[in-house]
Amino acid sequence: MKPAAFDYVRAEHLDEVLDGLAREGGDARVIAGGQSLMPMLNMRLARPKTLIDIMRLPELARIERKGGNIVVGAGVRQAALLAWPELGKVLPLAAQALPWTGHVQTRSRGTVCGSIAHADPSAELPLVFCALGGEVHLRSRKRQRRVPASDFFAGMMVTTRADDELIEAVSFPASRHACAFREVARRHGDFAIVACAAVATDKGVRLAVGGVADMPVAREFPRLESSALEDALNVFAYELDARDDVHASARYRRDLVRMIGADLVREVLS
Amino acid sequence: MSRLPAGHRHNVQFTLNGKPCSGEAEPRMLLTDFLRHQIGATGTHVGCEHGVCGACTVEIDGKLARACLTLAVQTDGCAVRTVEGLAPAANRLGILQAAFKRNHALQCGFCTAGILMSLDHFLRENPEPNEQEVRDLLTGHLCRCTGYAPIVRAAMEAAAEIAGKPAKEKSDA
Repeated sequence: MKPAAFDYVRAEHLDEVLDGLAREGGDARVIAGGQSLMPMLNMRLARPKTLIDIMRLPELARIERKGGNIVVGAGVRQAALLAWPELGKVLPLAAQALPWTGHVQTRSRGTVCGSIAHADPSAELPLVFCALGGEVHLRSRKRQRRVPASDFFAGMMVTTRADDELIEAVSFPASRHACAFREVARRHGDFAIVACAAVATDKGVRLAVGGVADMPVAREFPRLESSALEDALNVFAYELDARDDVHASARYRRDLVRMIGADLVREVLS
Repeated sequence: MSRLPAGHRHNVQFTLNGKPCSGEAEPRMLLTDFLRHQIGATGTHVGCEHGVCGACTVEIDGKLARACLTLAVQTDGCAVRTVEGLAPAANRLGILQAAFKRNHALQCGFCTAGILMSLDHFLRENPEPNEQEVRDLLTGHLCRCTGYAPIVRAAMEAAAEIAGKPAKEKSDA
């Protein structure tokens, strides 16, 4: 359980990060808080030739309001976002979900962008990001682009980020709409067996589900009568293609989607 | 920018429990191994090595961290605090440590170093915690022999003692 050998680069300017990624591409990995990448390195599931540490770049450690968006830089730790005084007002869904993201002892190091970059299908931050319809801000030597949440996740721990791109920030649209988050896990702070996030929209509710498919999935639901809602959630639960694993059966996962989903939809519409 | 090549040892310096400390580490060396094998500070324990069990929890720059998810080279220039920094003097236990002893909050002691670090940090930030908050903090640790009830009891007792309320029993430490 020790990482394979790699060069360690302590970046002091953003240019050094972008140059390193342009030169080394997929052989380099960016490390921020390390709470997702370090276990991968320790287990040798990741064996980069170079590790580029971005945590000494103060310009990446900012939380900013830009227009209607909250822009969270790549160096912002989960604990810092949770402690941000405006969080409950502008991102109440993140305020509800962050206490479920890992433990006090990992939120103090882990970053918001790092969790989204890691794209674990059971993780809370990708789910919130997906439910709110956020954007990833990518930057390379050649270009800058923004990718919406719906196009960012490509599968279990796979994203559409190119090898030479740095996730500079993620942005969440500020939302005062009613929202709710609920999760079932073996132990508080563990990865979810099923986690759901619901946000009221103009037409009804957007419900996002994590822990079931190979990525978080969001679906719009109009206002429905009780039995019609249950039918719609049942179809959604089956479409997520749940699998059995050591923690829970596919059937149990579908059941949780139906039950938690119905509770949350009713909660945000009431 | 500094680039530390693989396969070579590099000087790493930080303060450990307030005192300067230095050693040599390859980039891939974990802080746990650096503390234990380079510095000889074996109070920090190595359990799962992927951030789940919490036995290696330390403080880096005043924030809790899993030492097994931290590279030694990342801590260069930082302030690191470990379980060795908790006792006020040799042969004297701190309030929290004494409460653990009184309440039998440890058996094999493997998880204890990490739990003490988390609780020490937590009680400084939350001087009047309720039991639920202590339990929430402890979800970040695994104990496989004593169980959590005496650990929660010890934490609550230590909090009361730090707040100036007398403990239920006098420490025999």
